[in-house]
Amino acid sequence: MDLERPVPVPDEVSAPFWDACNEGRLIVQSCDPCEWLQYPPAKTCTECDSADNLSWREVSGRGTINGYIVIHDSRLRVWVPVQPYNVAVVELEEDPTINFFSNLPGTAPDEVPVGSKVEVEFISVSDTQKIPEWRVVEG
Amino acid sequence: MVTVQTPPASMYRSREGLGVWEHKGKVAAVGIGHSPTARRWDGLVESSIGTWTVMALRNAMEDAGITPDQVDGMVVVPAATTGDRWYPTHPVPEDFANTFELTDNLNDGLSSMSVDWILKNMPELTNVQFAMHAPTCMSDAVVVAAQAVGDGLTNTCLVLKAWNNLAGRYGHEAGNNALDIAPGASQWTNPWGFGAAASTFAYLFDQYCRKYGKNHDMMAPFVVNEKRNGLLFPEGFWAQHRPEPLSIEDYLSARWVAKPANLFDCDLPIQVVCAYVFTTAERAKDMKQKPAYILNHASDRTRVKSSIQTLDECEAATDSVGRKLYEGAGISASDLSFENMYDGYTLFHQFHIEGLRFAGIQRGEALDLYATDISIEGPNPVSPSGGNAGSGRTRTWMHTDSIQQVQGRAGARQIRRPAEIGVSGGPTTTGGNFTVWSSTPG
Ligand SMILES: [Zn+2]
Repeated sequence: MDLERPVPVPDEVSAPFWDACNEGRLIVQSCDPCEWLQYPPAKTCTECDSADNLSWREVSGRGTINGYIVIHDSRLRVWVPVQPYNVAVVELEEDPTINFFSNLPGTAPDEVPVGSKVEVEFISVSDTQKIPEWRVVEG
Repeated sequence: MVTVQTPPASMYRSREGLGVWEHKGKVAAVGIGHSPTARRWDGLVESSIGTWTVMALRNAMEDAGITPDQVDGMVVVPAATTGDRWYPTHPVPEDFANTFELTDNLNDGLSSMSVDWILKNMPELTNVQFAMHAPTCMSDAVVVAAQAVGDGLTNTCLVLKAWNNLAGRYGHEAGNNALDIAPGASQWTNPWGFGAAASTFAYLFDQYCRKYGKNHDMMAPFVVNEKRNGLLFPEGFWAQHRPEPLSIEDYLSARWVAKPANLFDCDLPIQVVCAYVFTTAERAKDMKQKPAYILNHASDRTRVKSSIQTLDECEAATDSVGRKLYEGAGISASDLSFENMYDGYTLFHQFHIEGLRFAGIQRGEALDLYATDISIEGPNPVSPSGGNAGSGRTRTWMHTDSIQQVQGRAGARQIRRPAEIGVSGGPTTTGGNFTVWSSTPG
């Protein structure tokens, strides 16, 4: 896959997440009283609607491929030239209700090993920004 | 000028345990009005959604046998664009501006709609005292109007949804999708290329097939049946413009959009306007059409937790909708004569009807039901409207058909078993609004 991925634009809520990616750490929001992890980050806990107890927690970066789609007709301009491509959904080891998108670089379209364990890696999408991607660690 | 309100959360029945709806059987739909359909707007005043809104509303009032001065309420969906907005990319056409009174929103009548625009351009509506803008689509407007009539906020209420379709592909390389950067919500999707029609539901369908051992080919009888029913809908796009049946082979050989969603799992964006007249059951007795009674309405307000909706979230939400609909209507699944749940994309229809336990199915059994007789002639009519797949994207066919079915005037689509109780609603597996229709007040 050879493309210039759209570069995320950090905002007030997301900046700590993207900064952590640049440091090679995967973090998600946590609301401790709710025992609630959340990603993508939000201004408030989506369980209790309060921002009072939100903090960031580093997570393992391990997960499982839960399933996938193969995009053949993307609406995203920069992705059209690399069609078809995988968009897999990775469930986080600590909390399977948290999921991440992944293109599984190196995996051929429609040959996604569903159920496989994956680990996060951080790839550069610009001179200054890395994003989480995932690679298969076992069959 | 009437003050246009946004429906408060309290108008929606979004929780379980509310008991039988306090207005069960006391509200009815009594009139239907459709505009013609077009694939896209041709730029002419006479086929603008402004002209077609006036036409659909007049058709609905005529159908109900009422005069405009008898209307005292309106629920309108202001969002009316399938793809792009007309203004400010394009100027307001001069002949449009000469034909209609414009509002502060220069898209009104072109790619949006409002109560303000309607009242400015239909001076015959002299007695409108109540007006709301339903935020999402016709399913939203229907439940808001039902509750408003039940609550006595309006006695005779017009309900309207317009869809405009301009040139270009829906969402393709538009807005954030055209950018090299990913701002706002797109920062969580676009860096991984998550952005194609049907993507979320293709993934949920992938999960569904893995959980229950099903496959995409098993969708074919449903999609073929949708098209068949749609071609029996004289108000629909395909019946009017492209009366081509769809075969199993056509479906199975269609190109992928976001595998496992193919071209025919997606609905065709069109231009159309649809309107209804709602009133009290009491008042409905004197009107031209047999009342289509409303037994209940229900809504889902699930918040998806992470990057993409999970099958667990989808099934919990649709199960809850089923329970809420039955609880408030005081009925059970076996009371349904038909179902008209939303289908635009086809790959989530099974989630809705499994949530209803329609025709006795449990989770994971809808595609097996599709292999049986689901036609309008059979014992379990699935989506007799044909939905968006059968008539183009409006999110209204399912309501029009449900009203017509229980009134006994669905024409060639009339189900052969008695049409006593049916459900309609949508749009998707979370966040939708749903209605129970009946031929009797219950
Ligand atoms: Zn919380």
